[in-house]
Amino acid sequence: MKKIFSSLLVLYMCTNLHGVNNDLILSDTFPNKLSEFNFFIDTSAQVPHDKVVPYELISTLFSDYSYKQRWVYVPTNQKASYYNERSVFNFPIGSALIKTFYYPIDERDPSQGMNLLETRLLLRKENGWEAVSYAWNDEQNEAYKKIAGKTINVSWTNFLGEEEDVRYRVPNVNQCKECHASDDKITPIGPKARNINKDFKYEEGEFNQLDYWMTKQIIDSYQLELVSPVDWSDESQNINDRVRSYLDVNCGHCHSPTGNANSTGLYLHLDETRDIHLGIYKKPVATGRGSGGLKYSIVPGKPEESILLHRMISLDPGVMMPESGRALSHQEAVEMVREWILLLKE
Amino acid sequence: MILINEGDTLIIESGYYDFEDGLSLDVDGVTVVGRGMGETILDFKNQQSGAQGFLVTSDGVTLKDFAILDAKGDALKVIGAKGISMINLRTEWTGGPKSTNGAYGFYPVESEDVLIDGCVAIGASDAGIYVGQSKNIIVRNSIAQYNVAGIEIENSYYADVYDNLASHNTGGILIFDLPDLPQQGGHHIRVFDNKSINNDTDNFAPEGNIVGEVPRGTGIIIMANSDVEVFNNLMSGNGTVNLSIVSYSDETDDPNYYPHPRGIQVHNNTYGPSGFDPDVGTGDLAKALFEISDGNMPDIFWDGVVPMSQMLFGQPKDEKLVMVEGEEVSFLTISPIKYMLGISSPIRTDKNEFKGVINPLEPINIEGI
Repeated sequence: MKKIFSSLLVLYMCTNLHGVNNDLILSDTFPNKLSEFNFFIDTSAQVPHDKVVPYELISTLFSDYSYKQRWVYVPTNQKASYYNERSVFNFPIGSALIKTFYYPIDERDPSQGMNLLETRLLLRKENGWEAVSYAWNDEQNEAYKKIAGKTINVSWTNFLGEEEDVRYRVPNVNQCKECHASDDKITPIGPKARNINKDFKYEEGEFNQLDYWMTKQIIDSYQLELVSPVDWSDESQNINDRVRSYLDVNCGHCHSPTGNANSTGLYLHLDETRDIHLGIYKKPVATGRGSGGLKYSIVPGKPEESILLHRMISLDPGVMMPESGRALSHQEAVEMVREWILLLKE
Repeated sequence: MILINEGDTLIIESGYYDFEDGLSLDVDGVTVVGRGMGETILDFKNQQSGAQGFLVTSDGVTLKDFAILDAKGDALKVIGAKGISMINLRTEWTGGPKSTNGAYGFYPVESEDVLIDGCVAIGASDAGIYVGQSKNIIVRNSIAQYNVAGIEIENSYYADVYDNLASHNTGGILIFDLPDLPQQGGHHIRVFDNKSINNDTDNFAPEGNIVGEVPRGTGIIIMANSDVEVFNNLMSGNGTVNLSIVSYSDETDDPNYYPHPRGIQVHNNTYGPSGFDPDVGTGDLAKALFEISDGNMPDIFWDGVVPMSQMLFGQPKDEKLVMVEGEEVSFLTISPIKYMLGISSPIRTDKNEFKGVINPLEPINIEGI
């Protein structure tokens, strides 16, 4: 009996030592359970395998005040290559980007633990990236594949001690593509050199993420040249930079010349410099009632006349922006954009 | 629909289907077919997420025989499809014309080989049938009613619009081109054998939208497109004007945009009563026309605006407006030079000046249709 037990233990350790299941990343189908990928040594505690490296972005996408943890996995002996600072790293086949969404039970007291909602995966297969999400079970010990998405009614206690409720939507596979499509192909959005150029507290200590990724041989090289985003929530930064960084990561993946919303002519990615395409005195094209009876995307000095702000505030599915992934209004960002438009000069 | 395989057919049986979230289809070659636009009803009045009722992002899709009701945004949106057929579908906002209705009933954009056939579009707060920034388009046998714009072809190339009925909209059929967009320079559009009649619904578009400028009682408007042939249509009962041909009149710094209509050919249309109830309160068109014409609203109006060089030296032959219409059809245009100099009346009403030989545009062909 003892012998059987110890051989089971060895087997258990071996599977862990084998680490991330590369075959599953490359497979034509997605496994049913998140744990099958072996990204985590302990799935429910989200303790990653040591090839699975946590990272953060300088400015993040608003997702109904949910918290996010991100990890990158690049197969052994391979590296993601640098293309340019505006583009995501070119990850080798077999790579994975992992993002878990959760709410703390009580924002004032982390010790109460968290409510894991979903873990989204971007998997670099032979033919390109594919997206899929896994929703966590009530026991919080496993996440299951949700191709068609899922609605989770969830609540948490915010910093003010108030109870917040949200009808949280796990995106379906098509909705993944709404944001992650560029030139009709699925692509990651976050891991561009300029977005991860910040310090992170690793177990070994605090390092710049780009340097750390070099050391860990996740990337082959990087450069930082022209424009860099700032943390939109950092009030010590210039408000224009904060807003442009916010719009870049929240809107720019669709509102760019290669994104899903390119037909609108409204481009909010960080590299856009033309006023009209940034929305300044830009008339709506196919906005319909999304315009809220307003004439221009942005009227300098007049936030209340700017469609962009109107659509950030709205909770009506036919009006609100972004189209997916938001059921609440992002108050702090709304205030920031309001102030920014107020300060814009004609 | 997410798990459907390429080339599959999905049958939706008769019944009311209530949705809280938008539907989406991203698999190529799929056919989704109901049991009829009055039988299979996809109802979105309780929609809580999704910017449209039904979204298609894949190629070679056929949608047939069902209805999409009360979507919170657009009813049926198709982005970037190569090959999309919408047949015998209905999109409707059931509470009548309201500015809180979704913008578009049928909304293919950045697509190629677009067929809209036998469809019904009711109540859209922008356009019932809207084809934007697309190529190779057929819109036929369809009915658009109680929308702001019945049928609108915008920033698109190669379209045939025929055998449709556009009635009780604000404007019946709009052929538009707008600046600052990835695809512009709309051209080669044929509008024929349509009825654009009794367009008598007050403009209920939310302000800010270009169709918000369209006066109630407009049959057909052509704005800033090239090579448009309008023939064999019936335009009647349009209180402002049956047919308008106009330039884009707002300021734009877009160097690649041409704001004037050119190569417009108009012939063999039938014109019933119009101009009897000009909507001078909406936009500038009706008011300007009412003032210029001194209340004698014409069947056909051309704003006469051309680039400065053409004002002085004339238009190239292939850009000129050509009209071959019956004697009784009234026409009005403005000579911009005379208008600016103010030396004599700028108004021209003799449509014989615009008589010419019609060079028919090639019909549109969509492979397999």
